[in-house]
Amino acid sequence: MEPLSWSGDIGVFLNPIIIGATVVFAAAFLLNLVLTLAGQRAGEMVINADHSLSLQRGPVDYALLAMRYAVLVFLLTCVGYVIAGMVVADPQRAGIIGAMAAQLTPVWIGLVVLFAVSISFKRRLGLYGKLFDSPIGMTGFGLVMFWIFTAIFVQSIAPHGPIDVISQMRNELPGTPLPSPAEGQFQWYLLGGDNLGRCVFSRMVFGAFEVLKIAPLATLFAFMVGITLGVPAAYFGGKLDIGVTFVANLVLAFPVILLFYLLVAPEIVAAGIPNYLSMILFLFPILFLVILFNARYRTQPGLRNVIVAICIGVGGMAYLSLISNASDPDLPMLFRLWPEALDLFDVPGNLLIVFVSVVFVNSPTVFRIVRGIVLDIKTRDYVAAAQTRGEGPWYIMLWEILPNARGPLIVDFCLRIGYTTILLGTLGFFGLGVSPESPDWGSTINEGRRLLTIYPHPALPPALALMSLVLGLNLLADGLREESLKD
Amino acid sequence: MAFFILRRFGVMILTALCLTFVVFFLTNLAPNLEKLAKTQGNARMSDAEVVSWLDRNGYGGPLIMRYGEWLGVVPGWVRLDAPTGQWRGRCLGPGDTPETAPRFCGLLQGDLGHSTVSDDEVSNIIGGRLALTGVLMFWAFAVIVPSALLVGVLAGMREGSRTDRVLSTFSIGTTATPEYVSGVIFIVLLASSQTGISPLLVQWGWLDGGTLFLGSARSAMDGANFWNFTLPVMTIAFYGMGYIARMTRASMAEVMTAQYIRTARLKGVSFRNIVLKHALRNALIAPFTVIMLQFPWLLTGVVIVETLFNYNGFGWTLVQAASNNDIELLLACSVVAVFVVLVTQLISDIGYVYLNPRIRIS
Repeated sequence: MEPLSWSGDIGVFLNPIIIGATVVFAAAFLLNLVLTLAGQRAGEMVINADHSLSLQRGPVDYALLAMRYAVLVFLLTCVGYVIAGMVVADPQRAGIIGAMAAQLTPVWIGLVVLFAVSISFKRRLGLYGKLFDSPIGMTGFGLVMFWIFTAIFVQSIAPHGPIDVISQMRNELPGTPLPSPAEGQFQWYLLGGDNLGRCVFSRMVFGAFEVLKIAPLATLFAFMVGITLGVPAAYFGGKLDIGVTFVANLVLAFPVILLFYLLVAPEIVAAGIPNYLSMILFLFPILFLVILFNARYRTQPGLRNVIVAICIGVGGMAYLSLISNASDPDLPMLFRLWPEALDLFDVPGNLLIVFVSVVFVNSPTVFRIVRGIVLDIKTRDYVAAAQTRGEGPWYIMLWEILPNARGPLIVDFCLRIGYTTILLGTLGFFGLGVSPESPDWGSTINEGRRLLTIYPHPALPPALALMSLVLGLNLLADGLREESLKD
Repeated sequence: MAFFILRRFGVMILTALCLTFVVFFLTNLAPNLEKLAKTQGNARMSDAEVVSWLDRNGYGGPLIMRYGEWLGVVPGWVRLDAPTGQWRGRCLGPGDTPETAPRFCGLLQGDLGHSTVSDDEVSNIIGGRLALTGVLMFWAFAVIVPSALLVGVLAGMREGSRTDRVLSTFSIGTTATPEYVSGVIFIVLLASSQTGISPLLVQWGWLDGGTLFLGSARSAMDGANFWNFTLPVMTIAFYGMGYIARMTRASMAEVMTAQYIRTARLKGVSFRNIVLKHALRNALIAPFTVIMLQFPWLLTGVVIVETLFNYNGFGWTLVQAASNNDIELLLACSVVAVFVVLVTQLISDIGYVYLNPRIRIS
């Protein structure tokens, strides 16, 4: 079978258009630059004698107009590739790009449905709806949702398994057909094979699942820790504040990479340090929820008791299942006490360690942000009003101050998921990741970099994927910040 | 002011002590020492042999005492080796006796210990490596600071304009590209003989063979030049500059809305003079702190870049020490890293107070 070309039959029509658009854009950009440097200004409004306005277009305006239409044509052509790829369906005619677009069909459907629903109801959706007023926010949201949908539909998107090895496909170029495909097996490696002969495209897709499995949850935990410590530190001040701030600064003064090497090294894992850390860090979410509901329903003891009991019961069960693993003989005795019968789930050791170290690195920064915001908010009048009413300090902290701090916190949450993704990639890049064969992006980049100058194709897709996800999260945060400031 | 600096200095010393103790604790855990004993002595040692080996080599005492020895406030251990009749000890060279050798030898005396893997004094190793990293950091800063400030000021001086939007998107893009991504992309684009623009340039006859830049900085250790050092510097600078540029933009945009700028405009000062003479000085206070606080981040970046480009500097040493269980070398590396972080924090705090006329600490 012939290797696939990049754009197949679709390219015959679309390639000239996209090249043309790029050339026009570049030419118009250069022209604009030269004209602006030469002192030409964009056209200005002119008031005519009959009180009408007219815009005088100069060469700069035409250059800008050309750039705008070139971008539009470029984007439309990209959509064209996707649609044509989905319609043609036969990879030999659709080419690599078309075949990838066809594999990603569930993602496109998900994105179209989500955007259609969100935009039509955007006035009723609060801050989330306002996001669709800002092009930057929308772009970011689209990129993030693209990867989330990819992670959700990973099984139907990936043509091959993440660790399926076909040794003849080692370092083969994108679009190479399989040597002897089985019945019903996808017959190509769309983005080529890596140095062990695994499908680069499938590994990139599974990598999205790996990354999105850890990053948002770890960020959430870091926020729980940061909030539970930051709000009281700022509200009460005094010795508590000094103490917690000092500890947070200690962690912050550690270079991240050194901290990772210290936490993830096999000897330190053998000593159980990450397990003790997880024991402390995972306590915070339960603590947070218990305090939260206790403060709210303190005046209704019946309801309060039920809710707090549920929190402690469910949370405690999850907590004990999470930290202990009776069947692992390497763990210190403390973590093997909880009986296997009541152990709901076991987290693979490495995953837990990576998770804990990412939470540990992130929480002090969250603590500082929360502390800063709360220091500002606690001087507001409504806090004074609540104090005068005789509300308890925890009620004021969690139900008066925290909801009013949500704007900056949501924005920071998005940014921090991106940062956590970068951290996870760093861990993978140094081979400290979840497992050596894990398809997460950092590890795949690390594997691909060895033969980078000869075979660039295994390292580039995960690198670009990671970049686009983080870029999406940053743009989303930017859009959210802009829209939340408009209130 | 003097009291403020003194207090900050005190906190800094306390932080440094805590941090070095944490690192000391984490690198001297039982499994680390066991592995050390097995690599130094015999791989098939029994548990009892491991314990006696550790005891003979000064790893036996309580942790806090060993930390004191390492720090140089507790006298180094000495013991008479019964079979050979020779004195051994932390501060003792071969043939020394406790009388001739110094009593204390630790960090405070400038003795960083002995690297077990490269079999050399740690101070000899660290010095040269730090110099190499210093060169890398210097050039990275020489690229980052002017370009980030330029981008930030250009974007912030007319908030919401087209220039602003383009430059802001660019700086968001750079903050989304960690070193291991941009490094890979740069290598593929500029330093590969198969892909990117190097084959094109060769084809057009602008380049006689080879690549535009070199994808490995190994040769830059002997002599850094444009060809072998551009990519590492660019990779660090690319990720580092985005954040500073965004901070500069925010600070510049804020200053440009201030009353005195409006007064200057109404007075008829030209836009160029407003930016250069009135706005710039005030707008650069916030970025100064950010630039200083970027050092710890750059440290991580340096580790990644040195690993990616095979440049045997400080970051590379840290990775090697951590993966080879080279305890003393790793401790020295962390001391240097912690020192750099704390000193930059101190400078940024003092500098902020010094630069900002609105803050006066008596």
